[in-house]
Amino acid sequence: MAEKEAGRPQGNTAVPPVPEAWIRTELARNPQRPYPMDFIEAIFTDFSEIHGDRSFGDDQAMSAGMARFHGEPVMVIGNLKGRTLKERVARKFGSPDPEGYRKALRAMKIAEKFSRPIFTFIDLAGAYPGIGAEERGQGEAIARNLLEMARLRVPTIATITGEGGSGGALALAVADRVLMLENSIYSVISPEGCASIMWKDASRKQQAAEALKYTAGDVQALGCVDEVLAEPEGGSQNDPAAAFATVEERLRFHLTTLRTLSLDQLLEERYRKFRNIAQFYTSEAAVPAAASTGV
Amino acid sequence: MSWFKREDNEIVNDAERTVRTEGLWVRCPGCRQVIFKADLESNLYVCSKCGHHFRIGARERIESLLEPGYELVDLDLRSTDPLEFTDLKLYKSRLAAAQKKTGLNDAIVNAIGSLGEQPVIISAMEYSFIGGSMGSVVGETIARAIDRSLETRHPLIIISASGGARMMEGIASLMQLAKISAGLARLEDAKVPYISVMTDPTTGGVTASFAMLGDLNIAEPGALIGFAGPRVIEQTIRQKLPEGFQRSEFLLEHGFLDAIVGRKEMKQYLSQALSWMTAASS
Repeated sequence: MAEKEAGRPQGNTAVPPVPEAWIRTELARNPQRPYPMDFIEAIFTDFSEIHGDRSFGDDQAMSAGMARFHGEPVMVIGNLKGRTLKERVARKFGSPDPEGYRKALRAMKIAEKFSRPIFTFIDLAGAYPGIGAEERGQGEAIARNLLEMARLRVPTIATITGEGGSGGALALAVADRVLMLENSIYSVISPEGCASIMWKDASRKQQAAEALKYTAGDVQALGCVDEVLAEPEGGSQNDPAAAFATVEERLRFHLTTLRTLSLDQLLEERYRKFRNIAQFYTSEAAVPAAASTGV
Repeated sequence: MSWFKREDNEIVNDAERTVRTEGLWVRCPGCRQVIFKADLESNLYVCSKCGHHFRIGARERIESLLEPGYELVDLDLRSTDPLEFTDLKLYKSRLAAAQKKTGLNDAIVNAIGSLGEQPVIISAMEYSFIGGSMGSVVGETIARAIDRSLETRHPLIIISASGGARMMEGIASLMQLAKISAGLARLEDAKVPYISVMTDPTTGGVTASFAMLGDLNIAEPGALIGFAGPRVIEQTIRQKLPEGFQRSEFLLEHGFLDAIVGRKEMKQYLSQALSWMTAASS
């Protein structure tokens, strides 16, 4: 008996501390956190929603509309997660179908036609993975948005407010400015997905969260986002009004800055930013004469 | 007492007199028949019995399309492991193993050459290098192919074979989608032809960016092409997926491919399409 006792770990020392990345992941996913539509309602006035992608339907996980920002006409786009269970199911927990991305693009094209700046707000785990989504071209819809956003002839500002889930988030975030809230995440894959693929064990999600370096601070350090916005103590859910005020102030600042550029400069800077983003390569020869088939 | 008796009990199996058969035959996953490997090779790795398209490497692919004298370029780039990623193994050692196995620095090969009479730029993905996944090197290499096309106005062909973004480079690999798509927007504005050729498999971030953005999107028969992987969808909807879901034929039926082109007809198809795009109008 005594031997058995001795073999036990003492206190909590054997339990590794919860990594910071996981604490932030839980904050990003906190159901009390303000969602994109909360930011839109607080920051913009005269929001008038536009519906439908003109080819299949009106995705309930994506919202777009005409609005005013300090009196100026703008286009705002955000995905919807829903608050009640019924709403969450209807909105597929925030994951858009292809028609959601096509609706967003349609709204952006309207904004471009009338020279209105575009603001997008992103909080989604990813594009919806379903049979219908595949049949209607989820990949094509996202791809089209990436290409078109790269050349929109108006200023664009994307804000990741919670989860920035892979291609589904990027499809709203090829913008002149990409901002992240302090406790938001931006990742190529969910920590659960990464853990089940790389560790063959979904319960290693905390480890995966750390390894993926997807917190706002890490993503900024990697040069993949333009600015990280500080949140109220303990997260935006503790003081939504303060979070709205910060976002509003920064959006105003960036829009003013972008306004000083000519259209050609704006397009060139956006192109250059994405052309030179995330260049993590070297062309120096490896230390041991590694396989090189240079011709 | 037996009628016949073996004088020497040792069965001689010396290498000189034995015909080695390992690796000479392969079983076709399509029709389960056994095929002589040399026949398969001479048939561009297409099963002569059922037409199943075996996966082939980037260099074989380029060789099958371009005239002799083409040049392989941009081969020197290597990933710097921006996340210092470790799962069960170090990403660095995964890279080293893949480099050793394939003789390539990453999952992509760029080529400059002629397809028939037509000068072209080709970017071909290598599936056997970490599942053809796209990280910083693949992104930069494709972006360089686009730059070359923009500069020379020579048509661009990208041949996809990839599981999607490379998770070990995290957000950096996601950014490659934006990088390549921004380049393709310029190429489109410049009216330079771009044909996307999808081969088995083309999924995830590759489908959600350049693979679907060609002036023409074509695919080899029977290739798996989709955004979400079949397992992810099955877990989401908790149902088995129908037969043929996310195969080339399924995408053609739903309007996401311009054509399904067999490997042996590929060169002819590309040559004809590019000639249609680039011929001077009368």
